[in-house]
Amino acid sequence: MTAITLNVNGASHAIDVEDRTLLVHALRDTLRLTGAHIGCDTSQCGACTVHIDGRAVKSCTVLAAQAVDSEIRTIEGLAKGADLHPMQAAFREHHGLQCGFCTPGMIMMAVDIARRHPRPDDATVRAELEGNLCRCTGYHNIVKAVIAGAAAMEGLA
Amino acid sequence: MNVAPSTTAKFGQSVKRVEDSRLITGNGRYVDDLLLPGQTYAAFVRSAHAHARIASIDTSSAAQMPGVVRILTGQDLVDAGLAPLPCGWNLDSVDGTPARVAVHRALATDAVRFVGEPVALVIAETRNQARDAADAVFVNYEELPTVVDLRAAIAPDAPQLHADIPQNRAFTWGIGDAAQVDAAFARASHKVGIELRNNRLVPNAMEPRAINAEWRTFDRSMTIHLTHQNPIGMRVMFMMLLGLESENHLRVVSPDVGGGFGSKAPAYPEELAVAFAARAVGRPVKWTAERTESFLTDAHGRDHITTAELALDDQGHFLAIRVHTLANFGAYVSTSNALVVSYMYATMLTGQYNIPAAHALVEGIYTNTCPVDAYRGAGRPEAAYLIERLANLAAQEIGVDQAEIRRRNFIRTFPHQTPLVYCYDSGDYEGCLDAALRLADYAGFESRRAEARARGKLRGIGLSAYVEACGIGPSRLLASLGGAGSMWESCEIRVQPAGSVEVLTGAHNHGQGHQTVYAQLVSERFGIPMDRITVIQGDTDRIQAGTGTYGSRASVGLSAAARSCDKIISKGREIVACMLGVEPDQVDFEDGIYSSAATNQTVAFAEMAHAAHAAASFPTDRIEPGLVATTFFDPPNFTYPAGVHVCEVEIDPETGVTEVVAFNAADDFGTVANPMIVEGQVHGGVTQGIGQALWENAVYDPETAQLLTASYMDYGMPRADSLPEFGLTFWPSPTPVNPLGMKGCGEAGAIGSPPAVINAVCDALGIAHMDMPASPEKIWRICRQRSEMA
Repeated sequence: MTAITLNVNGASHAIDVEDRTLLVHALRDTLRLTGAHIGCDTSQCGACTVHIDGRAVKSCTVLAAQAVDSEIRTIEGLAKGADLHPMQAAFREHHGLQCGFCTPGMIMMAVDIARRHPRPDDATVRAELEGNLCRCTGYHNIVKAVIAGAAAMEGLA
Repeated sequence: MNVAPSTTAKFGQSVKRVEDSRLITGNGRYVDDLLLPGQTYAAFVRSAHAHARIASIDTSSAAQMPGVVRILTGQDLVDAGLAPLPCGWNLDSVDGTPARVAVHRALATDAVRFVGEPVALVIAETRNQARDAADAVFVNYEELPTVVDLRAAIAPDAPQLHADIPQNRAFTWGIGDAAQVDAAFARASHKVGIELRNNRLVPNAMEPRAINAEWRTFDRSMTIHLTHQNPIGMRVMFMMLLGLESENHLRVVSPDVGGGFGSKAPAYPEELAVAFAARAVGRPVKWTAERTESFLTDAHGRDHITTAELALDDQGHFLAIRVHTLANFGAYVSTSNALVVSYMYATMLTGQYNIPAAHALVEGIYTNTCPVDAYRGAGRPEAAYLIERLANLAAQEIGVDQAEIRRRNFIRTFPHQTPLVYCYDSGDYEGCLDAALRLADYAGFESRRAEARARGKLRGIGLSAYVEACGIGPSRLLASLGGAGSMWESCEIRVQPAGSVEVLTGAHNHGQGHQTVYAQLVSERFGIPMDRITVIQGDTDRIQAGTGTYGSRASVGLSAAARSCDKIISKGREIVACMLGVEPDQVDFEDGIYSSAATNQTVAFAEMAHAAHAAASFPTDRIEPGLVATTFFDPPNFTYPAGVHVCEVEIDPETGVTEVVAFNAADDFGTVANPMIVEGQVHGGVTQGIGQALWENAVYDPETAQLLTASYMDYGMPRADSLPEFGLTFWPSPTPVNPLGMKGCGEAGAIGSPPAVINAVCDALGIAHMDMPASPEKIWRICRQRSEMA
């Protein structure tokens, strides 16, 4: 076991992990932040997407020990108290989720898409979401939600 | 954390979902999120061979590894008396003999019959310790020949999976009138025929299967946290399989369920083994499937080989259909598959058409593959695909447009008794067709085709007119057809003294938005705000009765809820009559207010609720205090949702890649509870259908029976960048078979879309048929062959 410190959602956590522990397992099992989900074992589905230093990263592709010097943000840290992040609000408004399992990863990815493409069009959003799988929605409403959420983040909505 | 609006809602409005606030903030609660005191973890030892005798299992070194609590083998489970898995539907072959159902144990004992079949179970202190020890269990296999192909499996020299089941045939079941069909074919002017495969699919709910089971020695009872579509049904099943003393010794809790699509409806061997293990070790045991395990062992869908013929008169009217289907069951019979391939498939083969004569034979066949069971549509997509492919072949044969051939054959009067058991209650098939054609600008297609040709692309358009069967019941009919379980749904409504309402139903949400839709219904009926209503599901300690969510059966549970609302309102009328000193028939109820013209007084719903509990204003020998109503709704007939899908594709002949450039649909779901949610259901269903038609395919190696498509890198999941925007409209004919007029919408998208896509691909290429998935390779070969010939 190795002692590490993770900075997650603005708080510092000193934890012991096995060297081989993935970030997603440290978040879910040790810190009990269960919003990041595990939907595959090949880094394809994107359900575990979190932000590391502001960039969307699949947390199954990172060892917990690799994230010690970074600021990690999870879906639990996106809203400000009871005030939803504009992207969260957009997913609700546009029915961008059904079972909700891919949703935390989708939203964290969407925030990063909006950071890089402030006013993304349909094709841009679809291309950017290629690494996030959803089996419920057919992506139709997710794409609408991301475009609307990006506009809201720009203060355009 | 659920945030419901503080306003009243109407049934039929696009109310935003109540459940979203927890799911978008990371506060969803799925089974894998739960950790229990004393938690242990399970990992399975799985067969790497598709067919082998188990000569020996050596667990000795694995047992010495760090953290190992217990290792269980199949023999341990048999020795402890654990029952094999059940078959949920009884079919007889045409010769009257009962189906041959293979013994299916939670862990294999003598032999393994598909890759991934569980052989042993390791319980350890951590997930990694369980996995490490599972890798150290040594199983000595003696390999046996395998069979994957359906025709090879029934050949005389085929490897036989089960000693007591010759030629791997579970049954040969038939339906319809073969003599009538023969007579119709004898006088037919035209015949069209087809041989097709309905490709095997992997359901791929994004949340993998998961269970966390805890045993309490002091009262010999168990709690199972289970991601499942039918937690209440699983209680009685697991009680019996585990040999628990009564239903009251087992609680099943299904929290948020991350998608199901049918794959979370069966009783699975892994979950049974884990529940058994929890009792054996006396500590909570948790197992969550890894995605590879999901690919290998979640019940797959479809997998038919079918030959069929359609007889036509000289005007293209359909006279008769004759069908012979080989249905792949995999290595064992999963819970509902005998139903899926019979009464959910063959009964639907006449589609939306007035076909006087029909006959179908279905052979259920074992192969060295993962068991097959219900997957979104469950039999109906296979039927719709067949008849809608035949309809297009008929149009070509007669020389008429694909819309016209359908117009000539639509059923136009209802109720309509088909030649295959079912009686369609309502519909407007031609109206639906016209609505879809308008939406798709069908009239303008040829100019789009010409424009695409100028760009070097092959553009095609495909129609499909599907009908399906949902909300199945009544239970008595199903029992007569072979059903081993009932199909009613219950709903209890409890009104609290301050007027807030609990709605308890045995249906279980796994993405459909039940918390919203049930609350909408109750909000409208009682005239109270949405935030006064809580919908409770998925816990057998709170809901005693139910049959779960599958087969697009929201209409059944919501009808039970509507009846319970009526009972509450009616009791309220009696209470208010006493309060106002009038007769009950002098009391009206509207928008949450009881009133009586006789006295000009009003009583709000919440005041009535308080009075019902105070029990001071009415005689309790005549009117019981309290305000609770329960309904068990057993549907008097199936419902028959229908619709028309129109798909447009563009094919790049240089690469063989097909792009779906437009997809439009007009659907008759009867009454639409929440258009936003229902459209979402169609989006998802159509996407799964496009996936089946173009990309998805579970492929087993023909020699080794290894699953070659066991990850998201190999299996063609639909992704955001491969899909169009969808155009949808509703063309409702509300059904008379339930009080709400609802027909069901969850599976329709996956039923109507595959034939629309393939009809479009065939139209673009000018070919008669191409099996799914219409992969770039297949299309490229056709285009290449043509360019070489040119």
